[in-house]
Amino acid sequence: MSIDLEQFHETFFEESFEGLDIMESGLLELEQGDVDLENINTIFRSAHSIKGGSGTFGFTAVSEFTHDMETLLDQMRNGERQVNESVVETLLGSVDVLRNMLNAIRDGSEIDTESVAQMTGAIKGILGEENTDAKTDDDQNTVVSKKGWLVHFTPYIDIMKTGNDTVRLLRELNSLAENAEVIIDNDALPPLSELDPEECLQSWRIHLIGGEISENDIREVFAWVDDECDLKIESLVEEESEAAPEILDNKLQKTETESRKAERRSTKPAESSSIRVNISKVDELINMVGELVITQSMLSRFGEAEEFNSATIERLKDGLAQLEGHTRELQESVMRIRMMPISFAFQRFPRLVHDLCTVFDKKIELVMTGESTELDKTVLEKIGDPLVHLVRNSLDHGIESPQKRIEAGKSETGVIELSAFHQGGNIVIQIKDDGAGLNKDKIINKAKENGLLSNEERLSDDQIYDLIFRPGFSTADVVSDVSGRGVGMDVVRRNIRELGGAVEVKSTPGEGSVFTIRLPLTLAILDGQLVGIGDETYILPVISIIESLQVKQENINEVAGNAEVYRLRDEYIPIVRLYQIFGIEPVSTQLENGLLVVVEAEGKKIAIYVDDLLGQQQVVIKSLETNFKKIEGLSGATILGDGTVALIIDIAGLIELYQKDMVNVVPIKGGGIAA
Amino acid sequence: MTETAEEISQLEANKEFKELLTFFLAGEEYGVDILRVQEIKGWDSVTNIPNTPEYIRGVINIRGSIVPIIDMRLRFNLEKKDYDATTVVIVLNVVNEGKEDRTMGVVVDAVSDVYNVPIDDVKASPDFGTAVDTEFVTGLATIEEKMIIVLDIDHMLNAAELAVIDQISE
Repeated sequence: MSIDLEQFHETFFEESFEGLDIMESGLLELEQGDVDLENINTIFRSAHSIKGGSGTFGFTAVSEFTHDMETLLDQMRNGERQVNESVVETLLGSVDVLRNMLNAIRDGSEIDTESVAQMTGAIKGILGEENTDAKTDDDQNTVVSKKGWLVHFTPYIDIMKTGNDTVRLLRELNSLAENAEVIIDNDALPPLSELDPEECLQSWRIHLIGGEISENDIREVFAWVDDECDLKIESLVEEESEAAPEILDNKLQKTETESRKAERRSTKPAESSSIRVNISKVDELINMVGELVITQSMLSRFGEAEEFNSATIERLKDGLAQLEGHTRELQESVMRIRMMPISFAFQRFPRLVHDLCTVFDKKIELVMTGESTELDKTVLEKIGDPLVHLVRNSLDHGIESPQKRIEAGKSETGVIELSAFHQGGNIVIQIKDDGAGLNKDKIINKAKENGLLSNEERLSDDQIYDLIFRPGFSTADVVSDVSGRGVGMDVVRRNIRELGGAVEVKSTPGEGSVFTIRLPLTLAILDGQLVGIGDETYILPVISIIESLQVKQENINEVAGNAEVYRLRDEYIPIVRLYQIFGIEPVSTQLENGLLVVVEAEGKKIAIYVDDLLGQQQVVIKSLETNFKKIEGLSGATILGDGTVALIIDIAGLIELYQKDMVNVVPIKGGGIAA
Repeated sequence: MTETAEEISQLEANKEFKELLTFFLAGEEYGVDILRVQEIKGWDSVTNIPNTPEYIRGVINIRGSIVPIIDMRLRFNLEKKDYDATTVVIVLNVVNEGKEDRTMGVVVDAVSDVYNVPIDDVKASPDFGTAVDTEFVTGLATIEEKMIIVLDIDHMLNAAELAVIDQISE
């Protein structure tokens, strides 16, 4: 009757990683001098669950490693060890090692035994030194009874509901002793018909005979269920001769069925990608569906009505208005299921800032606000890296060294503020530092050096700051480990654009800079500009549109007799005739008869020629890939009010398509040159 | 070696049957596994998809999903025909190994009938050499003295997609 444990692996990893995060944030709090017993307890419990879990699943390397951490934490918990920086550092390091180990196991790759051994050494080193206090305490419990032990184990009724398995405990006890005898007390059990398999009503008496067992060993077995059972351990002096003891294995089988049921209920099936949803969100959804059903039944009565008069029409209108409201609410509720608090992305920063402060020898306080702001799960997963880059950047380039700060008359400790909030249908994330601010001259010089700027160009401050997002730009004099990995701010901007968002920077010399990221609430809905080309309707994302304009003939220029550009103030913007690229029959090929929509993606601007602008609306994005495939120049499709499908244009893809098109077209016209 | 009636009916029962939905295309009758058919609907306008081969007519909205529509005449290089009252779209569930099932629609001249065909009666199609492309044909079945061409829709509709990729990457 073996249980396939693999199905629970995913849950174990999920919980372990959560535990590691808890440990990490707890340790960081400790480091800030906040030695709170509750905090140490929290860290200890996380370590303990990981150890227990890994033991159950047979990840010995993990459980052994965690065991040493746990010993150290236990000493801290009991006040036997001073909490100092080196201990916390070591534990933080161990958390990293543990995370790597778990990752390795999950991916089925090799565990980096070297770093594990190194860390174990470090922990053992701490444990070994000035550990006298702990020893005396341990000694009390390490008395070994040669004769054996009698363990009275009376679990509370709810023990199985917390996912514990009494059989596992008994089995573990069994492995300690050479000979184990178990007496079960079944008296409290109700008849089978009234039996609730999730309740534990039995109690056990276990005789452990032989094997050198200390009381500590036994206590350790029950450590998980410490507060969920009554446990009495007696040293055996004389032979017990009470009721005839039964063999453990027999009992095991009897209880196993019940325990398995309990276990099955407490664990959810493994899934490759899952999402934890607050039960209140689901309840909300159920409520909405209920409302919808009521509205539907109300409306269906009109279908049966014999005739319509002005009163029924009035009621029908009311009903339809209700239906519209409910539908919208339902839509929002469903969207909310995908939303997760941004703290998932923020939680890594205390650690990051802590580590980087050591690297750069800076003093920085990290302030985070609005962690409960919710974001679409996909956006959340993808926003992490750009955020890390921006925070690193603020830390590296923004905040000055302590001396410089004192010279500038500021506090020695710099402040980085990470905040998230809603603003007009967008999520805004700000990274604010009180450092030196961006150096305008340096940016201009650098831009000129890299050919991003000509000598004559005059730019506003904001335009200058915006240069840092251009590809091939980095202001760091020395390429540091942190900022200069060839990943520039241009990548940050591109990543954020891919999420349908935007990033901008404001800066005041001497006072600091603010990076503002604006993200759409969800990836599933987009503000769309409907445009008409011939008989077709396409959708442009409003976020990419700079402006729409009527064509003035004198502003059109031709380059090399083929490519057309439009002069818009000081810029020359290539004109993209969408009908050409998409092979559509347009209403008119004369530019004056249509409109130009100037759009920007990844720093490139194009003017798209369309026949007509048809209005703006929010559209639900549907993937073309689900049933078909990705089409170049399109990011998806949507369903319009009349049930027809309209395609959404991917501006960046369109620009690529246009450039490819130019390459293809030009040689045909200038064929003579090539030959 | 005479078999009793009972034995014969037993044999019949042991035979594995397959239900085929058949349709007409340029005078020939083709069949697809009926379990793959999601629905049959009349021809309605589609939204064109740029830069795709002609046989991909476009996409339509079927209860909120975007479903591509493929013209079978064009796919098989048959003569074009204007869509009329009998023209239908058969919406099929396409299995692609290792990936999620997809929904695709095919435009055919008209639906014909549903037949129960013993699997063993589907004969492999003869080798026509290069003259006829039998790549998408599972086999030929004879029902009521008619020949029915049984199509391998998974192969055909996944290949249809591959063709698009090839063209773009050129």
